[in-house]
Amino acid sequence: MNPFIVHRGIAAPLRRTNVDTDQIIPAVYLKRVTRTGFEDGLFAAWRASQADFVLNQAEYAQSSILVADNDFGTGSSREHAVWALMDYGFRVVIAPRFGDIFRNNALTTGLLVIERPITDIERLWEYAESHPKEPVEVDLGANEIRFAGTLMSFEIDPYARWRLLEGLDDISLTERHDELITEFEKSRPERLPSIS
Amino acid sequence: MAGTLAEKVWESHVVRRADDEPDLLFIDLHLVHEVTSPQAFDGLRTAGRPVRRPDLTLATEDHNVPTLDIDKPIADLVSRTQIETLRRNCAEFGIQLHPMGDAEQGIVHVIGPQLGLTQPGMTIVCGDSHTSTHGAFGALAFGIGTSEVEHVLATQTLTGGRPRTMAVNIDGELPPGVSAKDVILALITQIGTGGGQGYVLEYRGAAIEALSMEGRMTICNMSIEAGARAGMIAPDETTFEFLEGRPNAPAGQAWDEAVAYWQTLRSDDDATFDAEVHLDAGALSPFVTWGTNPGQGAPLSGSVPNPEDFADAGDRVSAAKALAYMDLEPGTPLREVAVDTVFVGSCTNGRIEDLRIVADLMRGRQVAPSVRMLVVPGSMRVKVAAEQEGLDRVFLDAGAEWRSAGCSMCLGMNPDQLAPGERAASTSNRNFEGRQGKGGRTHLVSPAVAAATAVTGHLASPAELGA
Repeated sequence: MNPFIVHRGIAAPLRRTNVDTDQIIPAVYLKRVTRTGFEDGLFAAWRASQADFVLNQAEYAQSSILVADNDFGTGSSREHAVWALMDYGFRVVIAPRFGDIFRNNALTTGLLVIERPITDIERLWEYAESHPKEPVEVDLGANEIRFAGTLMSFEIDPYARWRLLEGLDDISLTERHDELITEFEKSRPERLPSIS
Repeated sequence: MAGTLAEKVWESHVVRRADDEPDLLFIDLHLVHEVTSPQAFDGLRTAGRPVRRPDLTLATEDHNVPTLDIDKPIADLVSRTQIETLRRNCAEFGIQLHPMGDAEQGIVHVIGPQLGLTQPGMTIVCGDSHTSTHGAFGALAFGIGTSEVEHVLATQTLTGGRPRTMAVNIDGELPPGVSAKDVILALITQIGTGGGQGYVLEYRGAAIEALSMEGRMTICNMSIEAGARAGMIAPDETTFEFLEGRPNAPAGQAWDEAVAYWQTLRSDDDATFDAEVHLDAGALSPFVTWGTNPGQGAPLSGSVPNPEDFADAGDRVSAAKALAYMDLEPGTPLREVAVDTVFVGSCTNGRIEDLRIVADLMRGRQVAPSVRMLVVPGSMRVKVAAEQEGLDRVFLDAGAEWRSAGCSMCLGMNPDQLAPGERAASTSNRNFEGRQGKGGRTHLVSPAVAAATAVTGHLASPAELGA
């Protein structure tokens, strides 16, 4: 994946709790076997049916930082939800709390997800709504979100942060421990099931 | 040192531990299906990597498969391509696949336990959030995304931080007509869709111990709906009885060794959980959802809530949006909500015991004229077993449709879908907007409530049938 250090972009306010991954991308888009081009599926039902949905508003059509409410990305394990957000142009999602699998998928794939308390989220919403043309800066190197003289510090899992900053591929990191895996395999009891 | 069940299974699979890094965890079984794997196999091809342990990897076709005319090519070309891609990938990488029409084909979380591949103390993953189902056997089982699928295919390991643990104590005895599904729906409403985030839930207490393996699987299956990646239940005699004699279960001396080990897989009396919740089974009644997430539920004897009555501002907005989508008025008794479709099936409630419960209530009764009822076995083995017991005749005589195995109407990836505005009572696991088809409305229910609803035409408890 590409390294993530600093990102500046327009923040889109999504004032809704429990945005599950079925809303982020409906199942019908999951039939594809490719890894790119999922932007058309992003929030497809809401973009098609709600004129006032945030991404249907001209000011936020080019946004790249999504500021969401509690329990964003719950439900299905579909990594397509992360791909759709990234293919659309999002690089960061900020919310009070994320679905566990979504957070894992995002950090593995290079979408920065940041947890902030609802009071910070409300400040970001207010800023994004009152200053839709002004960018917000997210600095992973400094662990800071910055806008209009405001500075919010954040923390993410240190290992995930290191991988994002370096743009490291998980599999090649694990392959460095191949001997340990082989050693573990030799110690497994023979009665464990295998598929023949 | 005293440990919880989850900690014991985790610790026994750590390949590597280092300061300030997540553990590297060995995976005993990797289940694969057509939806979340194609991009992972592409990644392996691009990097020139093989599948490290094809012998610990098993694939099936479930999400896309039609449940009618399964001997014909899939009409939807995009679905067909996805299925054909899985077949090519499995052939290329040497992975065993149970395709449509195969005697062992079925929903991935139904076939693992059925084949005896799901055993206590194992680590099991799949690119599907309902992998938590397998925790019913005392396995540590959780859903992963496609990048992690690729990681497991390449290395048979995953990296991760040790999870926190939550004890979910369900004491007392379930009243008649109340099942595992009602327990888990009530729990999710109590702790919320985020209540379990970051935790492995361990279900314990008298009500859990009294459940069959099918019931335990229903509960663990929906752990993810409470936000938890995994749910577990300590193995006991019920578990061992279910497993003994299954195709991949140990036999002879290995069986005795296995049982001796499995008996150690329980949380120590002095183990500490990071959190604890309680639910009184005796106070439960049939439970249904009224909203668009699984935490928006209520006893069937209750009414549609008023969004204004929620304490949290976010919950108020969410409830109001849910009622608008569901086309429900606050105060409406849930028993007066009429449905168009009843769906029995899915990895939550598509096993033989579920079908028996539905058949017992349907026998000698008719599906209401205004209702379409689909009964879809979770696997081809469940289908054969149901037909041997004559359950298919019960469903067909009542006016229901009897289908072949697959995920079916649980999610809109195959021909079984709701039309816009259509309302369903469904034994599946998610009532999200559009989950069962664009514009469709879903009420999550138990198999018994599904049967009573099909007969009466409105959300109903089995008691209403005099059962």
